[in-house]
Amino acid sequence: MTLKTRLIPCLDVANGRVVKGVNFVDLVDAGDPVQAAAAYAEAGADEICFLDITASHEDRGTLLDTVTKTAQEALCPLTVGGGVRSADDMKALLRAGADKVAINSAAVRDPNVLTEASLAVGAQCVVCAIDAKNVAPGRWAIFTHGGRKPTGIDAVAFAQQAEKKGAGEILLTSMDRDGVKTGYDLELLRAVTGAVNVPVIASGGAGALDHLSDAVLEGGASAVLAASIFHFGTYTITEAKQAMEARGIPVRRTW
Amino acid sequence: MPNVCLIDYGAGNLHSAARGLERASPTADLKLTVSADPADILDADRIVLPGVGAFASCSEGLRSRPGLEEAVHEAVRERGRPFLGICVGMQLLADWGEEHGGSRGLELIPGRVKAMKADGLRLPHMGWNDVSSLTDHPLLPANGDAYFVHSFAFDGADEHVIAEATYGETFPAVVAKDNVAGAQFHPEKSGAYGQAFLRNFLEWKP
Repeated sequence: MTLKTRLIPCLDVANGRVVKGVNFVDLVDAGDPVQAAAAYAEAGADEICFLDITASHEDRGTLLDTVTKTAQEALCPLTVGGGVRSADDMKALLRAGADKVAINSAAVRDPNVLTEASLAVGAQCVVCAIDAKNVAPGRWAIFTHGGRKPTGIDAVAFAQQAEKKGAGEILLTSMDRDGVKTGYDLELLRAVTGAVNVPVIASGGAGALDHLSDAVLEGGASAVLAASIFHFGTYTITEAKQAMEARGIPVRRTW
Repeated sequence: MPNVCLIDYGAGNLHSAARGLERASPTADLKLTVSADPADILDADRIVLPGVGAFASCSEGLRSRPGLEEAVHEAVRERGRPFLGICVGMQLLADWGEEHGGSRGLELIPGRVKAMKADGLRLPHMGWNDVSSLTDHPLLPANGDAYFVHSFAFDGADEHVIAEATYGETFPAVVAKDNVAGAQFHPEKSGAYGQAFLRNFLEWKP
């Protein structure tokens, strides 16, 4: 009788295709999002994350069809983010089939959008995505617009503010570790999970199975997100869950 | 032909619930109507009330559709149609929800919806957790994991709680009274367990 730690494959999407960039720059095509999501759900993914990584800085195309198809094919929850600017954007994505919506740049610009969204759709649907980069020992600053725009805002203080404003979850990405496969930034994770009481998803850096467990056991993460290690078949969802279970982490084993 | 009405009152994620019901249907001829029209609700053999979001805004959404609440009450109370609430839709079965200052529910199963305390654990309660049956009820599959995402929980009479889950505190996972039932988890997102639950609902003869 316990809540299982979630394992979340992340489908970064640009122009309707799954891509995974190294440090958000070099993008490699890794497939069709609907098929990939369905395959992950079948394989036991506890949730699918779907980030439209081109959305904040290019014309926002209609994601909604892809979201709808993905949600219909995958019998597990779907979090969608990218280019979400308002509570109305959130509602549209939820209506299309998303279970939770991640908001990034717009929340940094005006944290009140989190309050507006949480009043409209419930805090449990509102994920605040934070892209943080280490700027000094023990200090991380927020970057927006796909990691291209520095804001000078302290990531830990912002996570606390996001919770207060109505975010139901934090999706915390280490810009330094994203795509480099050397493990999550555990120091950053500890700083944020110690500062907030909402669930925190660890993102950025998973390259080996032990990294997933480290994020939970040492970083305090409620969920672990990874892309490359799954997209390119390095490890399966089952292997990842077995490795986590071997280190004493409760995982969902039947689906 | 089985005719199920999925109530569309602006509360999100109808595609997944619709697709979940279609997949779970034991027969190929399921007729699924997504509507807030009282006539469609009264026509249906079974009714599903989905719900994503906050109790208050969902409650407001229900009440802003003319005749909707009356049609639900007539279908459920007068005509005895099987009725399933999902997540906030389950919470709306209660008399009252305290989220965002408080608002009235549909008063179909006695109870109030209260903020979880979860013994200090992180909230929302988000993710896969065990559902434990408390009774042998036709809606309930063998115990399994279901997907939850909520910060509020149903506080009702023990006799109406047919399955529970635990996260810092023990709370109702499924409530049922006569022909009305509600699941705190999202069956349409809950893999094999959820599909079995929806299939049971489609075959339920309360």
